[in-house]
Amino acid sequence: MSSWLDYTINGLIVGNVYALVAVGLALIFGVSRLINFAQGSIYLVGAYIGWVAVVQLHTPLPLTIIVVALAAALVGLIIERFGLRPLQNSARIAPLLATIGISFVLDQIVMLTFSPNPRALPSQLPDVRFQVGNGTIGPLDLLIAGVGLTSALLLFVFLRYSKLGWAVRATAQDRDAAMQMGVDVNRVNQAVFGIAAALGGVSGMLVGMYYNQIDTAMSLQATLKGVVAEVVGGAGNVPGAVVGSLLLGLVESYGVAVFGTSYRNLFAFLLLVLVLVLRPNGLFASARQAPPEPLTGTFIAPSRPVRIPRWALLIAVGGFAILPLFPVSFYVLQTLINAWLLGMLALSLTLVAGTIGQVSLGHAALLAIGAYTSALLSSSFSVPVGLAVIAGGLMSAALGTTLISPSFRLRGHYVSIATLAIGEIVSLVILNWESVTRGPIGISGIPPLSLFGYDLISASSVYWFSFAVMVVLALLQGRLLNSHLGRSFRAIRDDDIAARAYGLSLNRYKSLAFIFGGFAAGVSGAIAAHLYSYINHETFNTQQSILALTVVILGGLGNVVGAVVGSVALVGLPEVFRIAAEYRILIYGIVLLLLVRFRPQGLLGTI
Amino acid sequence: MEQHAHRTETAASGAPMLSVRGLTRRFGGLTAVDAIDLDLAKGELVSIIGPNGAGKTTLFNLVTGHDRPDAGEVRLEGRDITGLSPETLAGQGIARTFQLGRVFGNLSVMDNVLIGAHTRLRAVKPAVPVIGPLLELGLALLRPASVKAEEERLREEVKTILARFGERLLPRIDQPAYSLSYANRRRVEIARALALKPRLLLLDEPTAGMNPTETAEMQALVAELKAQGLTILLIEHKLEMVMRLSDRVMVMDEGKKIAEGAGEDVRNDPKVIEAYLGHGLARSEEQETAA
Ligand SMILES: Nc1ncnc2c1ncn2[C@@H]1O[C@H](COP(=O)(O)OP(=O)(O)OP(=O)(O)O)[C@@H](O)[C@H]1O
Ligand SMILES: [Mg+2]
Repeated sequence: MSSWLDYTINGLIVGNVYALVAVGLALIFGVSRLINFAQGSIYLVGAYIGWVAVVQLHTPLPLTIIVVALAAALVGLIIERFGLRPLQNSARIAPLLATIGISFVLDQIVMLTFSPNPRALPSQLPDVRFQVGNGTIGPLDLLIAGVGLTSALLLFVFLRYSKLGWAVRATAQDRDAAMQMGVDVNRVNQAVFGIAAALGGVSGMLVGMYYNQIDTAMSLQATLKGVVAEVVGGAGNVPGAVVGSLLLGLVESYGVAVFGTSYRNLFAFLLLVLVLVLRPNGLFASARQAPPEPLTGTFIAPSRPVRIPRWALLIAVGGFAILPLFPVSFYVLQTLINAWLLGMLALSLTLVAGTIGQVSLGHAALLAIGAYTSALLSSSFSVPVGLAVIAGGLMSAALGTTLISPSFRLRGHYVSIATLAIGEIVSLVILNWESVTRGPIGISGIPPLSLFGYDLISASSVYWFSFAVMVVLALLQGRLLNSHLGRSFRAIRDDDIAARAYGLSLNRYKSLAFIFGGFAAGVSGAIAAHLYSYINHETFNTQQSILALTVVILGGLGNVVGAVVGSVALVGLPEVFRIAAEYRILIYGIVLLLLVRFRPQGLLGTI
Repeated sequence: MEQHAHRTETAASGAPMLSVRGLTRRFGGLTAVDAIDLDLAKGELVSIIGPNGAGKTTLFNLVTGHDRPDAGEVRLEGRDITGLSPETLAGQGIARTFQLGRVFGNLSVMDNVLIGAHTRLRAVKPAVPVIGPLLELGLALLRPASVKAEEERLREEVKTILARFGERLLPRIDQPAYSLSYANRRRVEIARALALKPRLLLLDEPTAGMNPTETAEMQALVAELKAQGLTILLIEHKLEMVMRLSDRVMVMDEGKKIAEGAGEDVRNDPKVIEAYLGHGLARSEEQETAA
């Protein structure tokens, strides 16, 4: 039985590790107003480079740390130079999407190189523990504390006494003024990305040693924890990030002490949501400091949608509708069924991210809510499947909107963080709420789709059903976009300050967008549950959220036809080219990056 | 034309359209707006001038609910509206334009101006508590005849409003706002404000960045609005225009009101001259010579 002192030490050590990530995030946010979603991937890269150094090259510990720091810094510099610098004059959504894409590409490269299986990362330190009061402390704890303090000291000296450090501080204060005074902003960005990456990489390595295990899931967790700590401390506030990290470490550690390990992340995300709602500028900012007239009108790139003639749409719909009448293979139908299900999710996301500008990274949670609702209703309460699917959509609309509502007053990156966190909370609740969701065992034996008492078993009947549902949802969404709500949503996206000045309540219209979008996603998840017949807390994961986001960008933000075209393309093309499943996510990430860089308006244009 | 329900109910009280008392807003150590008093009678046009950073825009933000004062109160026709949200105040008939221009870039000119009329939607936005938003969603999807008729009527009205700008906007009615010239975007913003049918209109430097011809057009338009009885609060650096249009001028410097009165008196007030000179070459002077 560990003592409170042990939990405190553990909290501070873990907090130290978070601090290494969060400080980098804060530096980057300070100079470029950007939350770097790829920070966790650099942490992952650092852990694996550490593994190569320790296990394969047998480097001594000091050298390992230096190798990891340098290699990670190099990755950071590459990200800055090739991923972000070309986007300097793009709409603000572009760098946000780029860091998300980079993060997926890096994670996938690591996963493909080292396989997703966990590996042991020995710490190279003697395995002894010293008694301190009624707790114990080991050499690794001291090492982590030492690295944390040394980095803080070095960073302080750099920022305070070097010329480049001064330039970093000047840029963080006022970018335009710094530029006028001759500060080379590119060099500042480089410095900041290099430092942030070095700290992140070392942090990943230390965590790997601390738990003596590394795996590819570390990346997303690190990004989330780092972002939580940074936001708690106040975005862009470097000392705040340190305090926020230690606080987060302690909250988690005490939470685990009281409630158990599986609740660790729940506390982190609840802390995040609380801070975002109560003190969006962080714990240490004065509460009422409105940013000076923020320019909101530049979120997405201006573009003109491609007009598709009605007859062409009719022919396409007709063609897909009669497809099963021809001798097509089961495989083709199966692929298209997946495309229609993804299409529903993409319709939902294109409304939420594209039309009203809330770039949601947790959209898979809406699938999960719909799926669990429909599965439980039909298997435990024998509700007819048709009704259960609709109930899944409604539940997803209601619950999804309620959960997301605290983030309605946030903008841009913060919405993405909040949705990511809420998505994680949903999957953690599903995992832990065993009496209802059956926890990690999942739900099996979900009845197949059926309509008015007839089971839809054959591939063509499932195809028709999902195609019809998607077409109906698409038509409704098209109608919505042509109504006063469509223009109100788009006005809020383009400039929420001006929108409020003309009477548009952000709560009301964001709720309506999430209700409508939540329904479509919930229905998609529900249908999927009945097709798979088994679901668990991992069936609907972040990869699906990112896939949907790529689809939406590919089709054109807010573009209904684009969402469907994008789904068919991203589901169909890998099948056509027979790309192995493990490479697909990598390819989605690359597609996302290329689009953001070269065709931000997507194939069919933003609406 | 449609009347605001509360217009008739409070007009009799004889309270000024806008009345500001002791309004104060501090940013850290800086007092951007310092105990400002201001009254605006119905149909009056008052201009606010002052050097850069005097606090004019901050005052607008306080009156329109975009920012909350640290002290003081704002009344609209006698009713306390201090600290209400911008969307509530829009519903009460306050419309504003923004100094840096805030059109909805990806919306067409038509849609931009229709957003201006948003607070006047009735058929599609029934005032039912709790389920009102869901009804709105349903009505937007079903679109019964009443909703269609309302939309049609507003679209016609938008065309009438755009016609006030001659041939500047009407031929571009379906173009996205981002494709318009700078001056046209400012016009769209004013058209959007007019579509609200405001009781009180606040214009923040409507001619900033316009050439002399465009400025003259804008001045004529504001004069026309005033002649129609609209109550207007105007921030403007071009003194010539201020002198021509205003019933009264208020001068601000470093958050404080340093003078108020008829245009000519204010212009010759030593304190005002001092404020402008004291801040070096004020932008207003440069602009005026350019104009
Ligand atoms: N959100 C804010 N946070 C901090 N300071 C602010 C904020 N908004 C305005 N200020 C400061 O308040 C002062 C008044 O600004 P304001 O924009 O109201 O001036 P102005 O009279 O409109 O100037 P201009 O003629 O340049 O438009 C300025 O010093 C400005 O820097
Ligand atoms: Mg101003």
